[in-house]
Amino acid sequence: MEYLAGKYDVVVVGAGHAGCEAGLAAARMGCRTCVLTISMDSVAMMPCNPAVGGPAKGHLVREVDALGGEIGINTDRASVQMRLLNTAKGPAVHALRAQADKRAYQDCMKMTLEMQPGLDLKQAMVEKVVVEKGKIIAVVTNTGARFEAGAVVLTTGTYLKGRIIIGDLSYPGGPNGQYPSIGLSESLQRVGIGLGRFKTGTPARVDRKSIDFSRMTIQPGDEKTRNFSFVSEIKQREQIPCWLTHTTEETHRIIRENLNRAPLYCGVFQGRGPRYCPSIETKVVRFADKPTHQIFIEPEGKNTTEMYVQGMSTSLPEDIQLAMLRTVPGLEKVEVMRIGYAIEYDHVLPTQLKLNLELKNVAGLFTAGQINGTSGYEEAAAQGIMAGINAALYVKGKEPFILTRSEAYIGVLIDDLVTKEIDEPYRMLTSRAEYRLLLRQDNADLRLTEKGCQIGLVTPERLQLYEKKKSLVEAEKERLERTMAPVTEKIKSILAKVSSAGLPQQGISLAGLLRRPEISYEELRLLTGDEGELPEEVKEQVEIQVKYEGYIKKQKAQVERFERMEGKKLPKDIDYGQVKGISVEAKEKLEKVRPGSIGQAVRIAGVSPADISVLLIYLEQKRRRGEKRKLH
Amino acid sequence: MLGDTIAAISTPLGEGGIGIVRLSGPQSVEIAKSIFKVKSKDWPGKKSRELVYGHVYDQSGNIIDEVLICYMRAPNTYTREDVVEINCHGGIMPLKKVLETVIAGGARLAGPGEFSKRAFLNGRLDLAQAESVIDVIRSKTEAGLRIAAAQLKGDLSAKISSMQDRLLSLLAMVEANVDFPEEGLEELTVEKIKSLCEDLMEEIKEMIVKADAGRIYSEGISAVIIGMPNVGKSSLLNAMLRENRAIVTDVPGTTRDMIEEVINIKGIPLKIIDTAGLRETEDVIEKIGVARTKEAVDRAQIIMMVFDAEKGLGDGDLDIVGSVREKNTLFLINKDDIKEKLINVEEVTRLANGRPVIKISAKEGTGLKHLEKEIFDLVMQGKATGQDEVLVTKIRHKNALEITARCLGEALEGVDQGAPVDLVAIDIRSAWEALGEITGSSVTEELVDRIFRDFCIGK
Ligand SMILES: Nc1nc2c(ncn2[C@@H]2O[C@H](COP(=O)(O)OP(=O)(O)OP(=O)(O)O)[C@@H](O)[C@H]2O)c(=O)[nH]1
Ligand SMILES: [Mg+2]
Repeated sequence: MEYLAGKYDVVVVGAGHAGCEAGLAAARMGCRTCVLTISMDSVAMMPCNPAVGGPAKGHLVREVDALGGEIGINTDRASVQMRLLNTAKGPAVHALRAQADKRAYQDCMKMTLEMQPGLDLKQAMVEKVVVEKGKIIAVVTNTGARFEAGAVVLTTGTYLKGRIIIGDLSYPGGPNGQYPSIGLSESLQRVGIGLGRFKTGTPARVDRKSIDFSRMTIQPGDEKTRNFSFVSEIKQREQIPCWLTHTTEETHRIIRENLNRAPLYCGVFQGRGPRYCPSIETKVVRFADKPTHQIFIEPEGKNTTEMYVQGMSTSLPEDIQLAMLRTVPGLEKVEVMRIGYAIEYDHVLPTQLKLNLELKNVAGLFTAGQINGTSGYEEAAAQGIMAGINAALYVKGKEPFILTRSEAYIGVLIDDLVTKEIDEPYRMLTSRAEYRLLLRQDNADLRLTEKGCQIGLVTPERLQLYEKKKSLVEAEKERLERTMAPVTEKIKSILAKVSSAGLPQQGISLAGLLRRPEISYEELRLLTGDEGELPEEVKEQVEIQVKYEGYIKKQKAQVERFERMEGKKLPKDIDYGQVKGISVEAKEKLEKVRPGSIGQAVRIAGVSPADISVLLIYLEQKRRRGEKRKLH
Repeated sequence: MLGDTIAAISTPLGEGGIGIVRLSGPQSVEIAKSIFKVKSKDWPGKKSRELVYGHVYDQSGNIIDEVLICYMRAPNTYTREDVVEINCHGGIMPLKKVLETVIAGGARLAGPGEFSKRAFLNGRLDLAQAESVIDVIRSKTEAGLRIAAAQLKGDLSAKISSMQDRLLSLLAMVEANVDFPEEGLEELTVEKIKSLCEDLMEEIKEMIVKADAGRIYSEGISAVIIGMPNVGKSSLLNAMLRENRAIVTDVPGTTRDMIEEVINIKGIPLKIIDTAGLRETEDVIEKIGVARTKEAVDRAQIIMMVFDAEKGLGDGDLDIVGSVREKNTLFLINKDDIKEKLINVEEVTRLANGRPVIKISAKEGTGLKHLEKEIFDLVMQGKATGQDEVLVTKIRHKNALEITARCLGEALEGVDQGAPVDLVAIDIRSAWEALGEITGSSVTEELVDRIFRDFCIGK
């Protein structure tokens, strides 16, 4: 029997990393919000590695944070180790990565949801979406509870028709021993939503007590305490190390000899797996000449002896998993606590989405996270906050909130999803961002705080912090440009030594000095004997902006060109069948993706420059016909 | 993309000696000014549409051509943008040079139909004309693509894809390390970047120089004369050249090797190739000649198939006709001066199947004007590969190579100044993209594919 269980502005189905952000964003924007989770114990669960961040992913975390999201703050609280990666490389690719205490992460996020005014958190398994006249109006659970909603955000992760595969064993299941969601997949198909099937996997968790760490290399965190969030003030943090070891010839032999029992190689899978996260059996087969692969042993938390075996993701049978683990130095006597597995699941084909993450054919229905074919907590959180924001805006009858490729990694992520047809779980990479020098993790706040504020997600304190930082940066930059370096012997000798150009005739400004690759901001201060102490993040910002000015300018010029095309909007109701002169392939693709702008159309595979020219002319034709009609 | 300045040769090549390079867009004047010198310093003056006499110089300050230049102020122009037209009269080479110089000065080579496209988008053409603009874009683009593809076959293509491949490997190494810093992958050293960029720059420079000096630009259209021995092929070559270049005898099999000469038909350089008569033969030398003829036929854009009016159609003639079915062929019935003819003209016309049949006499020189006109029409209607399109494709390639070289230069500069590799990668990426303009590929997708292909990455 169905009964009315509640009426909300926004209902979020799923409380993983996407669902939590979506629910919080909607509630914080003033919507009465309900978050439904299959299990209260799986809120913000990390079913795979106990880590947040890294290249591109860390960038996403910072961006979500700048918009007023939760993943950054939550990670800062639950972190047991942090490292800044890529420090030897340029500032665009510096990336923060945290090891998280999984349980603490969950508890902390769950508490935040529970304490959020306007947000109800409930345990329920949604089986059905109710659509009327092309609009979502409610969801119904397996117990008949009907939740009516102005907008619904689906963030069901890998639960949709989830199937677990371990060797020859396979059964319906969600991640980490959870229930799968069977009915919802069919309900979605019934309302005309196309689904695809992906797979992913996770390695075994082993018992710390059974590991011989003396045979491994320690991987400590950074000494300096850092935070993801621009508002976190954590100054001190206990750091738990990770450990590095590697596979051996023996490991590879065992894998090779048992490939006939590997589901990957005997056609069990229907779904496509990601290339960037290959199982150990894939690595051994595809890179047969590599004698060894790295393995990281990572703590799952403070209050547990479970350790994550990074690099050994597998769906081999249990006995083989155990045998191969025990060939790894330090794991000779290892005891497995949870076995590794692969999971297959349904996902929504993301080209059915608009740039605001709303289904094109069901108004008010949004999807975010792994259900859209992505992988990773950070990718999920990024879509989650955007879907939450847009669901709230939809309910309020306001214009959607969209970030472009030149504004944020979030923009790159969503644009890729809805424009390109993905054929493996999508992971964010810095190489996917054309303008990555502008989209740094250090300036995410400068890029996005104001936007977050306009939507109403950013708190006054956060805005104040941002404004202060911004004005300090500007003032310091100006001072450096204005002030000439004192012509001390020391500076003269440094300039003579480091550069063949020597000291310019007219002297050199402090900014000019800083532009020299050999002189850091700190050294500049020492040289010139500056007294005033600026906050760390301001110094960092000034240094980057001044030092890399040339490259930044270059990228800005590229962005300008890009924006010209992005600015040319395509009407929503355009009928590509009517556009004469476009190739058949292009018509098909344009019809499928229905790009919002000429710029987006350019990025669709199969749409040629000639097609774009023809499209421009068609638009102008249409515009003029419209004008004519108005005149008559 | 609207907003930038485009340039193209706007008269069909070969219409006599005069040609126009047209610029349209906000920077037209600025670009023209940088290459054009006149007595009166203040060109362009207040007056729009005034023809001014002067000289055009290339980047190194050498005179390219004597020109008349005309500035037309927006919005009263074809495109409603600022337009500059440079009238050159030194023929094809200076015209091409002028175009290259304005491109080097910041203009972009116009795409097919782009002037008309702008005219329409800026409200200059009416709705009825839009369709024809679309047609031009469509057909020209396709023709252009065909030509580009054809040109990319062989040497040039192999070179470019090898360069792209090397750049991509380099980029993949940078990117794999950036995105997966803890995988213990091989790190890219500054030395490696440097040596590859330097190598590539060297190669590109060589290619550009070759492209300039070599035959690529002077190639033009090639036409092959074929037919049975003794039908008068060599005589035809001589007649068209108006000189006795090839040996003519009444012995069948006189011509053994190919003879190439260039003539000028209304401004189009036409390469004429006289060949050995095609017949079954046991003579070793003649055999080689026949094989060469077949190769030449494959490469040529135009075939002149010669019949002997004095004789009837033989099996040999029919075989040859069969082998040129796919080609732009002119059917020439030679020795028209002879009274007693055995040839069946209807039969030849039927064989020609709509292609031109022309009666000529190589000996008397009759019918040659008609022949030249047919050749010209064939070229201009695009039935044969148009010279202007070939030229445009080549300028496009050269331009792309120059941009590639410039980006590599900037990458090297970055390396010298100690910029981190991921920043240097920005320039390397641009270099790759410039080459991608030629091959029509997109870097992001290829790069991601390459990273996963070459590196073992993941948890
Ligand atoms: N009457 C007359 N004789 C011609 C004409 N054209 C060529 N001949 C004669 O035909 C003979 C063969 O001429 P060629 O030009 O050498 O013929 P070809 O096709 O080059 O012969 P091969 O090189 O042997 O294949 C010569 O005796 C020419 O004088 C023509 O228009 N009229
Ligand atoms: Mg001859």
